[in-house]
Amino acid sequence: MRKFMGIVLLFIVAWGIFVSLREIPFGEQKSKVGKYYIEKGEEDTGASNIVTSVVVNYRGFDTLGEVTVLFLAAIGLGAVLATFQRKEKIKVEPSSLILYTGCRFLFPLILLFGSYIFIHGHLTPGGGFQGGAVIASAFVLVYLGCRGKRINKVGSNITESLGGLTFVVLGLVGLAVGGHYFLENFLPKGEFNTLFSAGIIPLIYIAIGFKVGAELSGIIDQLVEES
Amino acid sequence: MIIIITLLVLLMLLAAITALIFKDLISAVIAACMVSLIAAILFYFLQAPDVAMAEASIGAALVTAVFIIAIKRTKRYEE
Repeated sequence: MRKFMGIVLLFIVAWGIFVSLREIPFGEQKSKVGKYYIEKGEEDTGASNIVTSVVVNYRGFDTLGEVTVLFLAAIGLGAVLATFQRKEKIKVEPSSLILYTGCRFLFPLILLFGSYIFIHGHLTPGGGFQGGAVIASAFVLVYLGCRGKRINKVGSNITESLGGLTFVVLGLVGLAVGGHYFLENFLPKGEFNTLFSAGIIPLIYIAIGFKVGAELSGIIDQLVEES
Repeated sequence: MIIIITLLVLLMLLAAITALIFKDLISAVIAACMVSLIAAILFYFLQAPDVAMAEASIGAALVTAVFIIAIKRTKRYEE
């Protein structure tokens, strides 16, 4: 009876979602602001990836909020896990040679790919968050594949702090030089669709990439340490 | 194209149902990881490569790792 009620409720919820989604006109331009971003985005920001120009340039302040939320989550996890202190050291079983070699071979390649994603954030799909997550997944591979290896905690904390600091300082410099709003694009736009273009967008994405990568790797490091 | 998307959605549903059914929690986590991976492919087909990248790296890699670490600390089989 309980299962039957569950299935009936599930179908009611699914029907509600279906009806509400059917009314949304996907693929049609309804709002003026979306149209503006698509038409004027390249000219205003110099970034050929319009998503990046919205995330970092038009809505840069929101991105700062997102980064802060992630930072608070990492701090909260650290504070919760710091109360459990394990007394005895557990013996770590070494992984097999094939797994160890494979993980060590793949690790720099994944790091390179993550860096590529956030450095080219203004040209190709992706950006700081995605690149940082890819870098953190490289660290996950090493943690699960090569047992006993750890990241340098002090280095990771310094990277994280420097990333956040760079973001805020760039925003304040934009406010001081441009004089209009926080995170104003004060550097020259450069030639469209080349690596050195779009002003401060690549710099901010590099800072975010380092920050997110260090934070997510730190979270994984704390979880692995407790297990 | 619509056939591929339909097949992927059906596969995603199948993976989600198997994730609920499995008693071995590691297998259930791998099935949940498959749901994320197919969602990433679907995002790519729907012309949202940025979201696809985030979904693939966070949903398929990091969340799976966190779940596996949690299962390692507790029990592997559901009772």
